[in-house]
Amino acid sequence: MKIVVCIKQVPDTTEIKINPVTGTLIRDGVPSIMNPDDKGALEMALRLKDQYGAHVTVITMGPPQADLILREAFAMGADRAILLTDRRFAGADTLATSNALAGALRTMDFDIVFAGRQAIDGDTAQVGPEMAEHLGLPQVSYVVDLNVKNENTVIVKKETEDGYQMLEADTPCVLTVLASANKARYMSVSGIVNAYNREVEIWTADSIDVDESKLGLKGSPTKVQKSFAKGLKQAGEVYEVDAEEAVGIIISKLKEKFII
Amino acid sequence: MNFNLTKTQELFRQMIREFAEKEVKPLAAEIDEQERFPAETVKKMAELGIFGIPVPTQYGGAGGDNLMYSIAIEELSRACATTGVVVSAHTSLCVAPIMEHGTEEQKMKYLPKLASGEWIGAFGLTEPNAGTDAAGQQTTAVLDGEEWVLNGNKIFITNAGPAHVYIVIAMTDKSLKTKGISAFIVEAGTPGFEIGKKELKMGIRGSATAELIFNNCRIPKGNLLGKIGGGFPIAMKTLDGGRIGIAAQALGIAQAALDETVKYTKERKQFGKAIGQFQNTQFQMADLKTKVEAARLLVRSAAFKKDSGVPYSPDAAMAKLFAAETAMEVTTKAVQFHGGYGYTREYPVERMMRDAKITEIYEGTSEVQRMVIAANLYK
Repeated sequence: MKIVVCIKQVPDTTEIKINPVTGTLIRDGVPSIMNPDDKGALEMALRLKDQYGAHVTVITMGPPQADLILREAFAMGADRAILLTDRRFAGADTLATSNALAGALRTMDFDIVFAGRQAIDGDTAQVGPEMAEHLGLPQVSYVVDLNVKNENTVIVKKETEDGYQMLEADTPCVLTVLASANKARYMSVSGIVNAYNREVEIWTADSIDVDESKLGLKGSPTKVQKSFAKGLKQAGEVYEVDAEEAVGIIISKLKEKFII
Repeated sequence: MNFNLTKTQELFRQMIREFAEKEVKPLAAEIDEQERFPAETVKKMAELGIFGIPVPTQYGGAGGDNLMYSIAIEELSRACATTGVVVSAHTSLCVAPIMEHGTEEQKMKYLPKLASGEWIGAFGLTEPNAGTDAAGQQTTAVLDGEEWVLNGNKIFITNAGPAHVYIVIAMTDKSLKTKGISAFIVEAGTPGFEIGKKELKMGIRGSATAELIFNNCRIPKGNLLGKIGGGFPIAMKTLDGGRIGIAAQALGIAQAALDETVKYTKERKQFGKAIGQFQNTQFQMADLKTKVEAARLLVRSAAFKKDSGVPYSPDAAMAKLFAAETAMEVTTKAVQFHGGYGYTREYPVERMMRDAKITEIYEGTSEVQRMVIAANLYK
């Protein structure tokens, strides 16, 4: 079984403070970490390695310093690591990112591609599904558990707003995983000692067969108009009334706002 | 000259800090309160390879260095000093002497199981009448055919009970004084070897500290560690290494107390402002922070020297002396800054203050460290 896990280096948003004057993020001195959902995806892949001897490749697109999370992945048990890094990838939105990653994946042989559901710095949850679309592969998002049914089929548990779905997917497929799916393992001490003795493969735009117009800023239709801190909402009105009267109030309020 | 950790050491620090925060810290108050050995944490640490950090890979270790080991003890102790000393006593006092003085056969037999954490290690030197004056050993070992016969008692032994392998120092020829002292490897369960009374302690209360009792305990001739009569230098060299571990433990405790106090003095308001806003608080905290950083440099410098293969005995002594006294000072002031709350078990600083005290006593008191440092100065 061959697995590729797409991971991303993100600022640890729990450590980010907001400048009260400008409303912008203060990113100075904020540690960079492996995105939590991606770590959940990597753990799911490593459990398949423990169970079935799967070969696990991790890939990330980012600046050279993203090397750190690939070393971390090595220390957790990944077999191979690829860093997609090139100025031509810079400024990519989710579409350009998914084009680059899909381009890399097209050159590789795999049964399952794992990705985190979403990254904590953007929260879009788009890259995994877009990659699956580019590759023409089945996809399941919000995966919290996985079982191998046979050589060509996996059974996945997908979290939904009101419960779970159990789905079968043919391989190869793309699965996006939640951090809550598992408790990711720690790096092992011997894994850490060896992490920097191993080779991280550096891939550039020339390593993948994707038209440059689909990469980086050029390939990014998303335009940010402005960013702003979410304002505080006023406290709501509180009515202490019986159920019948409450229904009446709710309906009139919804009508007032043209919701119904 | 470079004061930065290597990338590998930095990655290790990231892992061990996260492990300590998530797995060790939540249990610190409980194991202290219940005076309970943290067996569940030991199992988790074993899985990650924490019991074999500086052990070469051919003996089943991680092949790391002593600097990484000191970082491990610092970070573990920052969360829980008991957990720090479990690893420190195991690694510095049992694994290290086997690594440094063991025969190939002894290394192959003991190191893989010790490095994997399947077996825990301990070290027995102290006796009721031989503490700082370690040369006054009364435990004896007599060769009888193919076996050594051990008789005597060791006290205040860390990891006694949970440990499977004990390095035991005993007198093989009293007439030769320190040159008549030898070191032995004794396995738990050997007939004639029992664990005695468990000590009730002020701090590091989750750590198992007990007596070792040898009553005609027969061990194979091959369990002599090093040469006959070579036990005293082995013990002294082992303690040199151990002092880096205890210095790192003290450093971790000091750092933890400093962190807690910064947090508390930012929140606690008196006379209309946070007590951290008062210059008295700030000046005292600045001094404490400076001492903690100085302790860290001494600890890392001693570990670095050990890794470089150069003599480090006075460096380890200075690191332990300074880090231990810093830990005592920082924790005592941390309790003071916390006021009445600091004296209660609702806040962790009282535990830290109790834990800090032992670092001035075990593996050589502060007075012994001064003797070592001065002896090197006037040699």
